[in-house]
Amino acid sequence: MGYVAIKGGGRAIAGAAEVTEFLRAEQGEGSEPLEIATIVHQLRHLVSRVVSEGGVYHPEFAALSIKQSLGDTLEAAFALRAWRSTQPRLLETPLLDTANMRLIRRISSAFKDIPGGQMLGPTPDYALRLLRMELIDESPESFRAVARRWLAELPEERLPDSFPKVLDALREEGLLPPVSEHRASVAFDITREPLVFPVPRCAALSTMARGETGSLLGIAYSNMRGYGDVHPTVAELRVGYLPVLLPHPVTGELIEAGEVLLTECEVVAMYDAAEGGGKPVFTVGYGACFGHNEVKAISMAILDRALQKGMRDGPDNPSEDPEFVLLHVDGVDSMGFATHYKMPHYVTFQSDMDRLRTTQRKSRAKESA
Amino acid sequence: MNMTSHTPTAYNFGFLDEYAKKEVRRAILKAVSIPGYQVPYASREMPMGRGFGTGGLQLTLSLIGPGEVLKVIDQGSDDSVNAVNLRQFIEMTCPGVSTTTRTAEATLIQSRHRIPERPLTGDQIIVLQVPYPDALVVVEPSEDKRKIMHGEADYSRLLVKLYEDIVQFDEITISHRYPTRINGHYVIDPSPIPRWDVPKLHHSRSLALFGAGREKKIYAVPPHTDAEPLVFTDVPFRVEDFRDGEGRRRACERCGCADSFLDEFVDGSGEKVYQCSDSDWCDEHLAEANQGVTA
Repeated sequence: MGYVAIKGGGRAIAGAAEVTEFLRAEQGEGSEPLEIATIVHQLRHLVSRVVSEGGVYHPEFAALSIKQSLGDTLEAAFALRAWRSTQPRLLETPLLDTANMRLIRRISSAFKDIPGGQMLGPTPDYALRLLRMELIDESPESFRAVARRWLAELPEERLPDSFPKVLDALREEGLLPPVSEHRASVAFDITREPLVFPVPRCAALSTMARGETGSLLGIAYSNMRGYGDVHPTVAELRVGYLPVLLPHPVTGELIEAGEVLLTECEVVAMYDAAEGGGKPVFTVGYGACFGHNEVKAISMAILDRALQKGMRDGPDNPSEDPEFVLLHVDGVDSMGFATHYKMPHYVTFQSDMDRLRTTQRKSRAKESA
Repeated sequence: MNMTSHTPTAYNFGFLDEYAKKEVRRAILKAVSIPGYQVPYASREMPMGRGFGTGGLQLTLSLIGPGEVLKVIDQGSDDSVNAVNLRQFIEMTCPGVSTTTRTAEATLIQSRHRIPERPLTGDQIIVLQVPYPDALVVVEPSEDKRKIMHGEADYSRLLVKLYEDIVQFDEITISHRYPTRINGHYVIDPSPIPRWDVPKLHHSRSLALFGAGREKKIYAVPPHTDAEPLVFTDVPFRVEDFRDGEGRRRACERCGCADSFLDEFVDGSGEKVYQCSDSDWCDEHLAEANQGVTA
C-alpha cells in the first residue's frame, strides 16, 4: 500500500501530457499537422474568439494556442492570456476613431437608409443552416478555385473603405445624450489595477471586451428575456479593420502601426427622463471586441446599457449589477475555478466528515434520549 | 507577422516581470501593516489554472531570490500532483533556488490546505493559497457591502450564522476555512486549512501570507499576532476529533504519531486506516522510531 494515493505525481503529470499529445496526432500515417495559417484563415471565428478572450491581438499565437489546446476555446484563450501577462506595457494608444474602420460589414436595424447604406458583408444571418455535404470530400482544386473565382468577379466599382457612424446622425438630431465632456484622462487598465467597486465605465467595458462569449451572452440574454429592461435597437453593428495609430518614438507624430480586426456594436434603448429636468433622450449601450464576434459585441452593448442603469439607480436585476456581471464573465477566472475542483480536497473533506459525524452523533443521542 | 522571429523568449527570473513583483511586494507590506486586511492587487495570469494556487504562486515568485530554500505542499504532501506542478514551474523559472521536502530546512513554504505540523520559526514564511479570501462571503455576496462590514468590524451576521448552527445542529458546522479574527479587528478566511491548523496562526513566530489570485487579494497574519477563531464564550472552538468509538485517539498507521492531523482512507482489505496528512512530519517520526529500534 502506498503512503498516499497521489505518490508519483510528477510521472503522472508527464504521462498526461504525453497522451494528450498522442491524441493530437492519433490520425497517424499520411495525416498532416494543422498549419497555423490554415487555422487563422479557415477557422476565423475560432481565432476571433480566442484573440478577444485572450485580450491580445495576435491571430498567429491565437491559432497556435488553438492548435496546442486541440480546439478548446477556454484553454486557448487562457494560454494566450498567460503569454500576454509576461509582455511589458510599452505605451498607450491615443483614442482611435472607429469611423476610420476599413469595413467588411456594417448594418443598422434602426434605419433603412443610413448614411453610406447598409452593407451586409460576410454573415451567416440569412443563410440556411443546412449541412453542406459537398464539403465532406472537398478537393484542393475546387477549394482553391473558390477564392480565385470570387476575386475575378469583383465589380470594378469599389465601395468606399470607411463610412460615417449612424450614432453621429442621431446625436445631431438631439435624440442622444451629448458625448460627456467629463471623461477619465487615463483609461483604467484592468491588467494593472484590481477592480475595486464602484468602478468607472471604462473598466467595465474593458473587462467585458475580454470576457468569455458564452458568459456575456448568458447574462445579456437574461436581461433581454425579462430579468431586465433593455429593449435594444441595434443602431449600428460594424465589423472591420481599425487602423492603430501610435506616436513615432522620435517625432511623436502619430503613425499607423497596423490594423486590428474589430467588431463594434452600438445599441439604442428606450429613453429615460433626463436628470435635472433636461429633455429626455435615448440611452446608448456600447460593445466592442477584437475579432469578428457579433454575438459578443451585441451582448456587451446590452450589458453596458444595463450596467449604466444599475450604476445610476442601483441594480434591480443581476445583469444590472456591476459586481455580478464583471466578476463572473472572465473565462480564464471561471474556467480555472471550475477546473480546480478536480484537485485533491482530502483535507477539507476530512474536516467536512468530522463535522457531519459529530452532528449525526449528537442528533442520534438526542433521539435516543 | 513572421512567426520565426518569435522564438520563445527566456522568461524573467521568477516568471513575473519586475514591475509585477514590486506591486505584489507593496501589497505584502500593506497587508503586514494592517493585519487581516485584504489588499487588492492586479493579479497576473499565470500559466496554470486560476484556482490552482496562482495567488500563492505570485507571492512566492515575488519573494523568492537565489539561495532560497523552498518547500511546496498540497494536502500536506510534497508529492501531490499540484505541488509537483508548482514546484517544477518555480524550479524552471527561478534558477539557483533549491527545493526541499523538509519543513525544518525551508525558508519559504507554499502550501494549499495545510500548515505543517512542525512549528514554524521566525526565519520562515508560509504562503497559503486562497480560493475565497473573504470570510463574510457566506453571509454577504456583494464585495462592496462586505468591504463596509469589514471596515466597521461588523461581523454580527457571521456570529448569527454560528448561533443558528448551534440551534439547528447543536454544533458549529464550519469544518474548514474557519473565520478567524486577526489582531482584534479584521476577520479573515484563513484559506481552506482544517480547524486543526487555525491555532497555529495565533502568535506564530513566522509570517503567514495569503494569496488569492482569482479574487485578486493579498492578506497577512504577521508574527506574534492574535489570531482567534470566532466563537462564543460558552461554546469553545474545537478542532477535528480523531478519537475512535471508545474515545481513544487514533494514531498514524505508518509512524504511530497520535497528535497529528490524519488522512482517512480505506486500505486493500476494506479496513479504514489513518495516516499523517503532513508527509514530512510522518517521515521524520518514522525515522525517529526506526532509530529507536536500531539503537
